[in-house]
Amino acid sequence: MNTEEIHGLLAEQFGDAILELKTEAIDPWIVVSADKIVDILTFLRDDERLQFDHLNDLTAVDFLEPDEKKAKKFPYDPHLEIVYHLSSFGLKHRTVIKISVPRWKNDEPGSHPEIPSVAGVFGIADWHEREAYDMFGINFVGHPNLKRILCPEDWEGHPLRKDYDFPLEYHGIRGM
Amino acid sequence: MSMQVEDPRVIEFDVRTDEMLVNMGPQHPSTHGVLRLLLKTDGEVVSEVTPHIGYLHRCAEKIGENLSPPQWIPYTDRMDYLAAMNMNLGFSLAVEKLIGMEVPEKAMNCRLIIAELGRIASHLVGMGAYGLDLGSFSPFLYAFREREIILDLFEETCGARLTYSYMTPGGVTHDLPGMITIPPGLAQLTGHSPDMELEWKDAVLMFLEWLETRIREYHTLLTRNAIFIKRTAGIGILTPEMAKSYGCTGPVLRGSGIDYDLRRDGEEIYTRMYKGYNFEIPVAPFDAAPHGVELGDNWSRFYVRMMEVVQAIGLVRQGLEKYETAEGTYREGFKMGSKLPSDECYLETESPRGQMGFYIVGSGAAEPLRTRAKSSCFCNLSVTAPLCENTLLGDIPSVVGSLDIVMGEIDR
Repeated sequence: MNTEEIHGLLAEQFGDAILELKTEAIDPWIVVSADKIVDILTFLRDDERLQFDHLNDLTAVDFLEPDEKKAKKFPYDPHLEIVYHLSSFGLKHRTVIKISVPRWKNDEPGSHPEIPSVAGVFGIADWHEREAYDMFGINFVGHPNLKRILCPEDWEGHPLRKDYDFPLEYHGIRGM
Repeated sequence: MSMQVEDPRVIEFDVRTDEMLVNMGPQHPSTHGVLRLLLKTDGEVVSEVTPHIGYLHRCAEKIGENLSPPQWIPYTDRMDYLAAMNMNLGFSLAVEKLIGMEVPEKAMNCRLIIAELGRIASHLVGMGAYGLDLGSFSPFLYAFREREIILDLFEETCGARLTYSYMTPGGVTHDLPGMITIPPGLAQLTGHSPDMELEWKDAVLMFLEWLETRIREYHTLLTRNAIFIKRTAGIGILTPEMAKSYGCTGPVLRGSGIDYDLRRDGEEIYTRMYKGYNFEIPVAPFDAAPHGVELGDNWSRFYVRMMEVVQAIGLVRQGLEKYETAEGTYREGFKMGSKLPSDECYLETESPRGQMGFYIVGSGAAEPLRTRAKSSCFCNLSVTAPLCENTLLGDIPSVVGSLDIVMGEIDR
């Protein structure tokens, strides 16, 4: 089943929560609204026609160009995207679901954007969401154990954000 | 102060065991690298396992945002350092998918031969190290002896023994070599003179022929060994539902009975490499399984790997045969600073440990906006916590070892 047909099924089921369909990309994607993501992924997993039983990857992308000179040529507006790559073992098809959120909640630098956690739908989302929290500072609401996974627990900042400041020291260990 | 007990036998009933937290790792030998498991034990029974990772985190994804794709290839080597060739392949294909490049037949053929040899080397380590985890030392030595010859053959191909950077966007860096001096290990094992000169291809064929006869030996050493069966059969059972939910892939998934291999079921850009080749995909349950083996246990996962080695031998042989007639060149030009389109792509390939995914987002510059390496071991390891619940302490290395993890890939 291709992404247009999947989009059709989702739009029929969820209506306004399905925001955008992009077909001219290499991997076509569907943008959905954040507050419905748990229902949407559950539907994708359980529906007989779709059977998306494998969450290949869950990650985020920070669309920002911190360098002012380069920013003029930068083709995207500043925002964060959470990307879900799904596939089906039985039907052997693939799709991409995306959520787009502002970089900071209410545009206050430092306050983490909030997304419902899908750890209850796919077991692996637990660790992927912890990594996304660690690297991007996204607050997955309803996650059973939202702690840093790769960085130490007392690490400051979220390294994969584009405006991240590299620390000069960590517990007396000098860097750079 | 001494205490009087009326009946000494009462003490027996009064002894209670306390819950204890035990740290296993990060320097424990059977955790395969720097993995730390926090075990909550009550006597010998482990009630809870919490894996702590990140000791080998080297910010590979952040570095990837500041380098062009060919410059990032060496970083992929250092993820799964036991199957670096397959890591190179996964990332190169993802870049080719992003820029819409098709590599010539010859390049695909070289990639297939080398990637399958890499799979054999990786599974040999997986097998040897697993034997070591369970207290059997000899298979480890045999496995490394065999792997050494593959590393020698790789050294002749690209100059490196562990971190190859051999497959790059556009093809491979060198064509397969011509005449070489026989690898010392192979000369010794086959009884040839160490000064013997032969074609690289013939050296590979000679090695495969020799390896094939050894596989029966591994089966007697481990697969059919009564102690090994006792330690693996019926332990660490991963149900198909759990394997799906936790995103397990590769031999771990196929050990749970799900017939899915990206070499057959993957995207066209990857599967066309394997077009025209005959190979089977070993999936549990097996007819050859000894008594006590259940679907998705340690033994099944181990046996899938052993069977994949046999299939890989066949694939390399077919590849070498097709090499003679393969058309085109081994390398299509990829300009170092060429700009990436403002698009994105995600591609998974079947690496020996599972489906390794690379996600690249371009923004019109030479450096990608985001490079993401989705690790197969990361997902396979995440299942340890539910898998090790209420097992015996001694079975923890047996379960973790059967997942065949490499920490370099998990922590990136």
